[in-house]
Amino acid sequence: MRTTDIVFRQEFPVKGGDFSRAGEVSWAIKNLLKELGLSTSVVLRAAIATYEAELNIIMYALEGRLVLSVRPGQVYVVVEDSGPGIEDIELAMTEGYSTATLEMRELGFGAGMGLANIKKNTDVFLITSEVGHGTRLELTFLTNGQKP
Amino acid sequence: MLTLKGIMTALDGELLTPGMNLETECAKFFASDLMSDVLAFITPGSILMTGLVNSHVVRTARLVEVTAIVIVQGKRPERKVIDEARDHHVPIIATGCSMFEACSRVSESFPKGK
Repeated sequence: MRTTDIVFRQEFPVKGGDFSRAGEVSWAIKNLLKELGLSTSVVLRAAIATYEAELNIIMYALEGRLVLSVRPGQVYVVVEDSGPGIEDIELAMTEGYSTATLEMRELGFGAGMGLANIKKNTDVFLITSEVGHGTRLELTFLTNGQKP
Repeated sequence: MLTLKGIMTALDGELLTPGMNLETECAKFFASDLMSDVLAFITPGSILMTGLVNSHVVRTARLVEVTAIVIVQGKRPERKVIDEARDHHVPIIATGCSMFEACSRVSESFPKGK
């Protein structure tokens, strides 16, 4: 994909630990995608996946960012953080597995559904992580409604 | 289908966000205190029944486009949480019922044979 194909691109920084602003980035992304006229299904899937990703940064990392790119036929989001990284990605993807603190759970999160739910809502999901450095997710939502 | 008004009656509920349309109909309900589960399993347009009262309930609810939030067990969200819900047109109904009782009453209130 050439960069000239990008219809829209925006970067959203996320500060780790700041629960008071949780949801602001995904809400902004949801509204942007709505304004661009994308289907309700794509908007909702992207909103849920980016909300989970935003929460993960807030819960586990010092800082991170989401970069939204809208291209013909797809919405593409890169999520990067400078968190502790994930030692065992397969285990972290398991529904119900969680390393959340009591504070996170009291807010209603940290039930171990996050990464699995992100994957469920994307058409293409890529995750890479380095312990001690951080985690990177690449989320692709096809806007023509077809999974590859 | 049940209207929000019907749900309020069934639950002896109180609308904490005045001025909202109580004739809105809803046939889907999701009961949970886990917002993680709400994000993973709710059907958009459902009514969310929960015992949690923090602002993340409203944020999660509006993100997945719930029709209304029912707060059970006589709990009351803080003013700022109610204001956030009102700003985003998400009705909040408070009831003294327990989660089990609230679910049971809603279930019994559905018109039979429909």
